[in-house]
Amino acid sequence: MNIVVLVKQVPDTWSERKLRASDSTLDRDAADAVINELDEYAIEEGLRLVEAHGGEVTIISMGPEKATDAIRKALSMGADKAVHVTDEALRGSDGLVTSAVLAKVLGRTGFDLVILGSESTDARMGTLAAMLAERLRLPQMSFASKLETDGSKISIHRQADYGYDTAEAALPAVVSVVEKINEPRYPSFKGIMAAKKKPVETLSLADLGLAADEAGLSASATEVISFANRPPRAAGTIVTDDGDGGVKAAEFLAARKFI
Amino acid sequence: MAEILVLAEHDGETVKKVTTELLTLARAHGDPAVVWTGDGAEGARARLGEFGATKVYVAGSADYSDYLVAPKAELLAHLIAAKAPAAVLVAATSEGREIAGRLAVKTGSGVLTDVIGLTADSDSGGLVGQQSIFGGAITVQSRVRAGTPIIAVRPNAVTPETAPGAAEIEPVSLTVSDEAKTARVTGKVVAERGERPELTEASIVVSGGRGLGSGEHFALIEELADSLGAAVGASRAATDAGWYPHQFQVGQTGKTVSPQLYVAIGISGAIQHRAGMQTSKTIMVVNKDPEAPIFELADFGVVGDLFKVVPQLVAEIGKRAAG
Repeated sequence: MNIVVLVKQVPDTWSERKLRASDSTLDRDAADAVINELDEYAIEEGLRLVEAHGGEVTIISMGPEKATDAIRKALSMGADKAVHVTDEALRGSDGLVTSAVLAKVLGRTGFDLVILGSESTDARMGTLAAMLAERLRLPQMSFASKLETDGSKISIHRQADYGYDTAEAALPAVVSVVEKINEPRYPSFKGIMAAKKKPVETLSLADLGLAADEAGLSASATEVISFANRPPRAAGTIVTDDGDGGVKAAEFLAARKFI
Repeated sequence: MAEILVLAEHDGETVKKVTTELLTLARAHGDPAVVWTGDGAEGARARLGEFGATKVYVAGSADYSDYLVAPKAELLAHLIAAKAPAAVLVAATSEGREIAGRLAVKTGSGVLTDVIGLTADSDSGGLVGQQSIFGGAITVQSRVRAGTPIIAVRPNAVTPETAPGAAEIEPVSLTVSDEAKTARVTGKVVAERGERPELTEASIVVSGGRGLGSGEHFALIEELADSLGAAVGASRAATDAGWYPHQFQVGQTGKTVSPQLYVAIGISGAIQHRAGMQTSKTIMVVNKDPEAPIFELADFGVVGDLFKVVPQLVAEIGKRAAG
């Protein structure tokens, strides 16, 4: 199977994430950059499918030059090769533009299955799989907590608030995964060494036949007008349990009219 | 005033609370017209009217529930073309956000997700959406500048208020295309959760974490939740350990909740968890470690053994309810 896994580099949730005052885009210098956590589950699922059915895993990532770190991580886990879409004109692209660019790349590489994390930890929109399915006119198998395929069709457990739905479709398809689906492997030393020699193709907007004004902040259908840091919460009342902690908690709830 | 389409979330009979929130929000900016898929519109009409729906567009086909996401997006695209609404509002649930995404591509429109408020721009009169990003650290004002604004609204962000509307039913005849019928739903598996409210809709959420020590001890969380009429949540440590089902995870890789009251039991408050709950209006914490970062968010916190504090709290709530 020819599997493509989409990978995004995001600011680390554990560091302070900021927007740039000049244009309200993400300040990529303010925070450490890491691979989007859910993408590791997508990579793992791709690797498992290839181990079972043969074929190869191609990583596609759109992002600034330093996103190569996230790509290398994916390759060190065992992916075979990668495509890195990078262009200064892409900066500030919204979901709609991002999905258009990625659909172009996917059209070039071809695939049986596209796998991605169900959302990124920075934008948290959770719309990319749906947008790509719409653009590529393919079945959408999203929020998968379990996936099975025989190479011609795919069935998933689609996570829902009430439990899950079961769903199926013919390949090719677009799949997004939730973290319940597997346990991602750690890159081995051998994998890390091997990743350095794996092919990474770099594409610019021009390579994709796109003009600079078809991407980035100016081409986006949404814009941030302003932003403000949220004021810190006022300090609350903390008591140490002296045998009446539960009663005091109930008194608090009663005072706030919750009981 | 122009219409604002509100996609109803329902179970075939009852409208979900989030839909009444969407109607309340829509009313301030246009005439809210509900879009109803599948059965149950007649029965829900009164409730929709109570929250100001002027119209209810009903597309009764079973295709909308038999196939994932795409048919609903197709229906909304059809209504955008036919009715030229000022905006489309959907709930920012997993499915709602995906419908928004497909609709955005179909209509070349901008989409704002996880919106917590809507205002009118003082110059243009256009809609401005408020979003709370990076786990509540930053509040952003955004607008759509192409197509029809598609707004996915976070459940529980708006207080539903009644205002009478005619809720006039208008059937929509649209045949769902074959292209939208490629991802077929083959079954539904409902996890046991008793009569508890849904996690993202609940006005009170009680969550348990690593401090519980085992899955069996979640009975304590459920007991407290039931005494408050609350939903149960869990930290990632608890769902990863298999103590509670994954769909109840609150946090960066799980659900974002903003209830009136959030009770965190035995949860240290790693950033991954805080990202999913720190916009809750009131936060109460029970944890044995006074240094746990979750106390920084607490309006009220008890430093103590949860196995002593929680049963006492449940008993006290019971006493007050009885007395």
